[in-house]
Amino acid sequence: MASTTTAAPVPGTSTTVGGRSQRNVKTLPLVAPSVVILFLWMIVPLAMTLWFSFQYYNLLDPTVGGFAGFENYTFLLTDPSLWTAMINTIFLVFWVLVITVGLGTLLAVLFDQDFYGRSIARLLAIAPFFVMPTVSALVWKNMLMHPVNGLFAFFTRSLGLPAIDFFGSFPLTSVIIIVAWQWLPFALLILLTAIQSLDSEQKEAARMDGAGPFSMFFFIILPHLGRAISVVIMIETIFLLSVFAEIYVTTSGGPGLASTNLAFLIYLRALREYDVGGASAAGVIAVILANIVAVFLVRSIAKNIAD
Amino acid sequence: MSTIVLKGIQKNYGAVQVIKGIDLSIDDREFCVFVGPSGCGKSTLLRMIAGLEEITAGDLMIDGQRINDVPPSERGLAMVFQSYALYPHMSVADNMGFSLRLAGVPKEERRAKVAEAARILHLDNLLDRKPKELSGGQRQRVAIGRAIVRKPKVFLFDEPLSNLDASLRVQMRIELARLHDELAATMIYVTHDQIEAMTMADKIVVLQSGIVEQAGTPLELYHHPRNQFVAGFIGSPKMNFLPAKVTAVTDTATTIALPSGASLDIPVRAGGQKVGYAVTLGVRPEHMRLAGEGELLGEVMVVERLGGETFLYTQLNDGTMLIVQADGEIPTGVHERISIKLDPAACHLFDGEGLAIERMERHPLANLRRLPTRKAS
Repeated sequence: MASTTTAAPVPGTSTTVGGRSQRNVKTLPLVAPSVVILFLWMIVPLAMTLWFSFQYYNLLDPTVGGFAGFENYTFLLTDPSLWTAMINTIFLVFWVLVITVGLGTLLAVLFDQDFYGRSIARLLAIAPFFVMPTVSALVWKNMLMHPVNGLFAFFTRSLGLPAIDFFGSFPLTSVIIIVAWQWLPFALLILLTAIQSLDSEQKEAARMDGAGPFSMFFFIILPHLGRAISVVIMIETIFLLSVFAEIYVTTSGGPGLASTNLAFLIYLRALREYDVGGASAAGVIAVILANIVAVFLVRSIAKNIAD
Repeated sequence: MSTIVLKGIQKNYGAVQVIKGIDLSIDDREFCVFVGPSGCGKSTLLRMIAGLEEITAGDLMIDGQRINDVPPSERGLAMVFQSYALYPHMSVADNMGFSLRLAGVPKEERRAKVAEAARILHLDNLLDRKPKELSGGQRQRVAIGRAIVRKPKVFLFDEPLSNLDASLRVQMRIELARLHDELAATMIYVTHDQIEAMTMADKIVVLQSGIVEQAGTPLELYHHPRNQFVAGFIGSPKMNFLPAKVTAVTDTATTIALPSGASLDIPVRAGGQKVGYAVTLGVRPEHMRLAGEGELLGEVMVVERLGGETFLYTQLNDGTMLIVQADGEIPTGVHERISIKLDPAACHLFDGEGLAIERMERHPLANLRRLPTRKAS
């Protein structure tokens, strides 16, 4: 019989790496202008924020001024509101991610099925993403969650139950619900396209292997979606760290600080209290926090995507 | 290890009928090849046997049991897909053991079965790799391994070699023939490549637009094609077809006249053919030779030299094209005029409707079978 072992070609990593570095040298002058502009775009505001964060600078009181050292920072870091805001931020990001990715995956599987009126259903499911955050927050606040006029209150009342004051009793949860509603279509859109790229022969092979709907989902579809889910998590995290409009419109960060995240805290410091120095310090802390998250995220996702 | 019987199998997509009633029986341990041009329904038929497509009408029986409505995983079949359809996130071992894992087979037993399949396919040292780290031929073997571990009654192959390069294809062909012998299993194999069909099959089923044109052993199809389609499909290069007229009918032969004026005695039973009827003469390139006083004269338009043999694409005086197989040593060049002699005993005659006119003698090898000689270990 013929020899049956064929030599496996070793994936040519060395050639691609060499090729890429070679190309970098040649194209450096060409990409330099855009890199310089992007760098300035980033560094000027950052430098100004850093500068202000070390200054006494209050718009209400022009008499104070001058170098503050780390006082803005120590004031902030010892301020319990910063920790509350940080915890709220993390809470918000985490739960919105859980809801959007979880529900998004299930909905993507659902919308991948063939059923009558599928394209219209898909359009409707994606529609919330086109509504601007302020408007959708207002819709939720006045038409759905309002304890007197809201649809939810109507339902609870017609069941003979007391109306729930969402923004009073569960302020952060309500914000999470609104933000998740906005970002679910995004997750759905990305995951649906990913599901559609799954090789149909692979699904058929799994069917022949005896996979029912559940094993099909957990062994075939979910692993296939891994990469798309990482992308969704990365992009959503970037945007969710800076959620502002929904909070401003609905709870204004309250009651107390119950729904204040970092972005809203900076707004409170800078514009409510006219303390530019303090707000800049909070901004720098937010940048550092975002970068810590970004490093972990980009690392794990880059690894996932390189696989 | 079982027999498959198809009774009046039909498949409709809406109003379009793609499989138009197929009756077929595949014996135990037979290597059956479905072959036909693209769109003939061969893959659909295989997928219906696999259970991936619903059967519109007819009965599909395995070992005498009707399995039309049995789900694919419970039919006792295993399929190898054209794209291999390996699970990219699983190692080779997990790919092969997936069906056992779903069936709840204990880990140790699973590993033993995967190791056994890997041994048969020489995949032992690749079990920890991911599919993307394998070459095409290795992926192919993993896909076969995934089928083997299930110990299926019937193996189904859907154009498994079409993604491989030519030399690997030949190698895998031999490999598959060896596997068929070693596993002693019933196999159904779909291909559009008649060479794969001829080399591997015990039984070839030639399909065209949803119907079986002919089913039989490779040499039966080669020597006794039932109609012009099968005659043209089996054999490479294609059989040549020339218009002719019946000029005389005797008990031992039918005499025909070619447009060139030459006359030939073909040993076929004339049946309903009468003098003056228009028929088609079919002759394979390998049954012609260059000779001084041949029946056909023409000009060579293209020469294909393969070393061992040479194909001459010849334009006859009346304009029809003819492919002639000649010895590799002949010096004939383009635009040379040649004279071609036909071998009447190897010629085929087709009537006005394209059906073959029965030959006087059956070819001695036409019923030759190539069943496995030993049982599976």
